[in-house]
Amino acid sequence: MTETRQDLTWQELEVGTVLTTPGNSDEYKTGDWRSIRPVVDSKKCIKCGTCYIFCPDAAIYETDEGFFEANLFYCKGCGICANECPTHAIEMVEEEE
Amino acid sequence: MMEIVESTNVYAYKLITKKDYFAPGHRACQGCAEALAVRLVAKALGRNVIVSSATGCMEIISSPMPYTSWRVPWIHVAFENAAAVASGVEAGMKVLMRKGRVPKKKMTFLAMAGDGGTSDIGVQALSGALERGHDFVYICYDNEAYMNTGIQRSSATPFGAATTTSPAGKVIPGQVTWKKNMPEIAAAHNIPYVATACPSYPIDLITKVKKAAKIKGPAYVHILSVCPTGWRLPVELSVKAGRLAVETGVFPLYEVENGRYKFTGKIEKLRPVKEYLKIQGRFRHLSEEMIDTIQKRVVEEYEKVKKRVKMTEGD
Amino acid sequence: MGKRIGLEVSLSAAEAVKMANVDCIAAYPITPQTHIVEHLSELVNNGELDAEFIPVESEHSAMSVSAGVSAVGARAFTCTSSQGLALMNEIVHIVASMRLPVVMILANRSMSGPISIWNDHTDVMSIRDCGWIQVFANNGQEVFDHVLFAYKVAEDKNVMLPFIINIDGFILTHVIEPVEFWDQDQVERYLPNFEPVHRLHPDKPVTMGGVGMPTIFSEAKVAQDEPLKQSKSVIISAWKELGDIVGRYYKPIETYRSEDADTLFITQGSYGETVSMAVDALREEGKSVGLIMDRLWRPFPFDEFREAVSQAKNLIVIDRAISYGGQGGPLAIDLRSVLYKEKNQPNITNFICGLAGRDVTIDDFKNMYQKAMEKVKKHTREEDFEYYGVRGK
Repeated sequence: MTETRQDLTWQELEVGTVLTTPGNSDEYKTGDWRSIRPVVDSKKCIKCGTCYIFCPDAAIYETDEGFFEANLFYCKGCGICANECPTHAIEMVEEEE
Repeated sequence: MMEIVESTNVYAYKLITKKDYFAPGHRACQGCAEALAVRLVAKALGRNVIVSSATGCMEIISSPMPYTSWRVPWIHVAFENAAAVASGVEAGMKVLMRKGRVPKKKMTFLAMAGDGGTSDIGVQALSGALERGHDFVYICYDNEAYMNTGIQRSSATPFGAATTTSPAGKVIPGQVTWKKNMPEIAAAHNIPYVATACPSYPIDLITKVKKAAKIKGPAYVHILSVCPTGWRLPVELSVKAGRLAVETGVFPLYEVENGRYKFTGKIEKLRPVKEYLKIQGRFRHLSEEMIDTIQKRVVEEYEKVKKRVKMTEGD
Repeated sequence: MGKRIGLEVSLSAAEAVKMANVDCIAAYPITPQTHIVEHLSELVNNGELDAEFIPVESEHSAMSVSAGVSAVGARAFTCTSSQGLALMNEIVHIVASMRLPVVMILANRSMSGPISIWNDHTDVMSIRDCGWIQVFANNGQEVFDHVLFAYKVAEDKNVMLPFIINIDGFILTHVIEPVEFWDQDQVERYLPNFEPVHRLHPDKPVTMGGVGMPTIFSEAKVAQDEPLKQSKSVIISAWKELGDIVGRYYKPIETYRSEDADTLFITQGSYGETVSMAVDALREEGKSVGLIMDRLWRPFPFDEFREAVSQAKNLIVIDRAISYGGQGGPLAIDLRSVLYKEKNQPNITNFICGLAGRDVTIDDFKNMYQKAMEKVKKHTREEDFEYYGVRGK
């Protein structure tokens, strides 16, 4: 993704400081916020998508095999996915430094 | 157990669109159920929507220039005027299409605000927009306080809750007034559709928002948005807390369609409110007597909704 | 040539709004602008104007609705006076920062308190620094012409700024004056359809009104001030084009018998025409006096003003607003700073008069001339401004 510049001159700003790059917050790494991260046990996972739907940050994605994994670029480590998983397939694990 | 659409089939979530019109990288707190609600609403409405947002948590975390999480057109003007701006967006687009300056196209006009921007400072603009009958959807994301400015009480703060401007003190123990009933105020405007929803029930929420977008005229959806930061509960319990709010009857899920009341999901027996209150730090100071008061009043309010359902049956 | 009729100025303003093919009118009643929105609602309900007439529940919502209308690329109009303007104050500032070309007629009325429905300039002065383009219209014809002018300038792609037309409440809004309407084809030649730089539409999503982080805020403000300053060239050429089409040429500073005058009156708004008659009377008495009428208030026409007063020895600034605790009236305060570095520094005498509709006659202006001449002789700072005609010493 092309990086949004933080150093625009006043002449370079859009009229009314309108932002014309929809969704460019996806350049911002909120993954730095977490201290724990979700780890999925694929043996327990029933591919229901519960974790996917309850993530406030849209940080869970579906893999090609239909399993669900956390996108560590965005994942803030809130643990909702682990808490909601009907088969307890997700465990929150400490981030090592 | 509660019999709501969701629990019938855990695979139902796979039917929801994978597109996200509310992009990640937003600055909401960990576990923010309001951001979750916004994400679900964005899935419900798709790309043909114009959003007019009030100042608030969702506005701040989604638009720190030069970044924006919005993949749909979005405008923020001020705190109390989401409904007024949306009225202008709706009227302006209506005229442009009528005069042929913009090709005719179906789109949803959404106004969104928090509880402060709706039931306090935004009540005037909301009432005006509802009365004028604009074809728009108003969504109140209710996290039960002015969270963005640091957890101050609003008229949507529940009885007994501790906030920074209704602290649990030695003489006055938290919020002393009962939560203002905004869905009823909206319904009193005789608009075609009013609903309550909670992101802990995603399919119910998405269904209601889609319905609101489809009807002609004003629609009001009130979404309980659990705030782990302000309610002081562990971040992973946000979705569970919302579920408990519904299961204890604190936040009943219902619709009012052209004056006809309907529960969306029946609860045979309400859980005791204590189960909901005890996981939240903002209620930690409550005496047994206060919990009792709350329990009685919650049941009373729930019965009122049941009565309205019965009275408007077969309308 | 269009029809020429005698019509209440409020109604001619509404007729001009109709000719401008406005898309949405946000209306809230407040004396003395109400006749404008009343007439517009008749035009809409009779099918003479295809627009959405939105009867909002407060002036704050009137400006908020107008912001939404403008943001989708539709032409927005609203009007208000004193208290209504104060109520919508935050949105007035925001609309300018968002570069939304809303046009508003401000029927000048006194700011409370005490509450008053009568005319002065305390309301327009309260938003001097809001970032809108601001002009004063002095008679019915000017009001009509300037509605069309306002949209032409505001919607220019190099300007994209909101526009206020000031008209004195009651003493202008409620009087009947002859107005020559434009032909429809004259309007079409002069005023194109509104094509915004950015608009809200699902086909091209944009974000409007994001958070001004400290890293971007200062640049955003300069990016707002510069277009306002540079809009002057668009203003001048739009006035020229207007003149070429209907034969009336307007200037940022209008002068009357000022070329060889030792002393110049300075006015804004409809007082100018009264003062011009006082100037005539004083000239009969052999006094060397003239008049400057400021039409363009923001962006301030520095060059034209300095040029117009370059030969004068004395200025008599007529203010119709107060800067409490400050150096007199806001117009005089501004003009003193405009002339600060000029080689020729005229004596500036400032009269604050005509507050909340108190009548100021030709004799009063002649009297002010006398007083000014005495003050100039004395030249003490305490005499810098005077509340004219107030009982009690």
